[in-house]
Amino acid sequence: MSWLLQRLFGRLPVGWLQLTHNRTRFFAALAGVAFANVLVFVQLGIMNSMSAATVRPYAFFTADILISAPDANTLTDGANVARQWLWQALADPEVAEGMGLYVANVPWDRGMTDISLTTFGVDPFQPQFLAPALAPTAGFLQLRDGAVLDRLARGFKRTEAAAISPATPLSFETENRTLTAWSTFAGGGGFGADGYMLVSDQTFLRLFPARRAGAPDHILLRLVPGAEAAAVVTRLRAQLSDPGLRIRTFAEAKAEDLRYQQTRRPTGVIFGFGVLIGVLVGLVIVYQVLSSDVADHLREYATFKAMGYRPGFFLGVVFEEALVLGCLGFLPGLIFGGGILALMGKVTTLPLRMTPGMAASVFLGTVAFSALSGAIATRRLAAADPADLF
Amino acid sequence: MTGITIAAAGLNHWFGREETRKQALFDVSLALPRGSFTVLMGPSGSGKTTVLTLLGCLRSVQAGSVRLLGQELHGAPEAHLVALRRRLGFIFQMHNLHESLTAAQNVMMGLQVHPGIDQATARAAAARVLGLVGLSDRVDYLPAKLSGGQKQRVAVARALVGNPALVLADEPTAALDKDSAAGVVDLLRRMGRARGTTTLLVTHDSRILDRADRILTLEDGRIVKVEDRS
Ligand SMILES: Nc1ncnc2c1ncn2[C@@H]1O[C@H](COP(=O)(O)OP(=O)(O)O)[C@@H](O)[C@H]1O
Ligand SMILES: [Mg+2]
Repeated sequence: MSWLLQRLFGRLPVGWLQLTHNRTRFFAALAGVAFANVLVFVQLGIMNSMSAATVRPYAFFTADILISAPDANTLTDGANVARQWLWQALADPEVAEGMGLYVANVPWDRGMTDISLTTFGVDPFQPQFLAPALAPTAGFLQLRDGAVLDRLARGFKRTEAAAISPATPLSFETENRTLTAWSTFAGGGGFGADGYMLVSDQTFLRLFPARRAGAPDHILLRLVPGAEAAAVVTRLRAQLSDPGLRIRTFAEAKAEDLRYQQTRRPTGVIFGFGVLIGVLVGLVIVYQVLSSDVADHLREYATFKAMGYRPGFFLGVVFEEALVLGCLGFLPGLIFGGGILALMGKVTTLPLRMTPGMAASVFLGTVAFSALSGAIATRRLAAADPADLF
Repeated sequence: MTGITIAAAGLNHWFGREETRKQALFDVSLALPRGSFTVLMGPSGSGKTTVLTLLGCLRSVQAGSVRLLGQELHGAPEAHLVALRRRLGFIFQMHNLHESLTAAQNVMMGLQVHPGIDQATARAAAARVLGLVGLSDRVDYLPAKLSGGQKQRVAVARALVGNPALVLADEPTAALDKDSAAGVVDLLRRMGRARGTTTLLVTHDSRILDRADRILTLEDGRIVKVEDRS
């Protein structure tokens, strides 16, 4: 480290020597930086997993355009939209096919607790609207009261899920009906429900007698090969006469769900704040360390000033210290942050993971904010007046 | 001016502003020939330190003239003053060593203020000068492990390592016992002679007087006596 800094700055690593002179203080400072890092990692991890969980159901479907009601919030939080828009959309020459998508949460009695499954009702005779991994299960959905269950649902034993196969289906009660799960797929718990389930639209309507076939929650459209989704969306917006209708490309809808989750839902806002607070804590800790270090060495700095060192030298020393704290504090922060995320992920089955992108951005952020703290701390340097030394 | 390292003429200095303004120096003039060893004496509060900080580019000259190495300090921009400081060696009453740096590293700081000096060269030079001040066996000691006299000798080495044209020392022996004090002054005298360095030393210690080429006495901000010994 010392050698590296020496090469980097082309002089004695004064900042490093100064920081490490008092070991206890140095390790306390590193622990502080690491703590701030852990805080940011955990909040970021939760935020990322929330984002991943929010857009996960999009991965179950293959479509180009989504038509939703004006008051539909997200894919899993829809609102009735008239099926007549589907027929009208099909009139467009580039719209190849369409499907109504029904969504509702159903409770599943698991003995000790109920778990909640976000249930999608799909047309089993249009498997092309399902993701390639799910399309082969469409045959099971054609069976009366057939279902495909989320094997990663929270509260669903892995062994129990693994035992489900067409030869050994699992029958279970929900909403006073007996459903039969013939197969499973990989979904996972989210913030709104514990997992997912796929059924046919007919089964869905039997589960929810109050719902009507003419009013699905969303309408999925697939385009003819080579068609430009954005162009079709523009055209549909002009053609479909209800101005409140939300017509978006699938990708747009996904991005908007994400934005909704991050900015409009309390959880998203809270974890966003958490990141901010982690950053502030780190900033304050590094500032505290650096500015008290400057204050403790005013006499030495004044001596260096008397010897002819320029302001740039002192800035360099403080930046060197910021760099050391940022880099060395990051490592334990990464290790502990990753560990905590892994542990939390295990308990909640949320996709809590340390990603390279997170590590890189937190590292750059740490170094940048350390440098910023350092820049603020150097304001104290002005107090080092060599004329006062004698 | 070739023979004169630094010359002050008609130097006046004030501290404070408005009502609390107080004149600390009155018409001080002096000239230090190259290689000379001058002692500045005077009671506490007579203005010795003020003279030293003005000569050492640590305070701006308010009235009068100071010519250091052929350059006028009065009205000189800060950047010039900083550049000139690099050609001086300071020794303070307290050693002012950096407690996180070893003896050699402290001395290196005196050299690295000059750009373009690589680490290995700086370290070799530091070790050599520490040898000259009799600390060759303390090169890698932290200041906390050195005695008062040893620390002040490191400070002398730090001041001298850059081959300064002028060494300014303000009561460098005040915190030392008699033997260490004599050792440090002898060292300054000897090294100054050998390198042709001009030295201005502020002291109360009468035993040092007979080592001086010239003794200036300051009283109430005025030079009241000039004694030539050489
Ligand atoms: N920074 C300062 N502010 C105000 N007055 C000062 C300051 N420094 C010195 N003085 C005054 O100037 C006079 C000379 O001080 P100084 O040069 O330190 O004397 P000496 O070094 O001979 O003891 C004293 O009266 C002192 O009070
Ligand atoms: Mg004084």
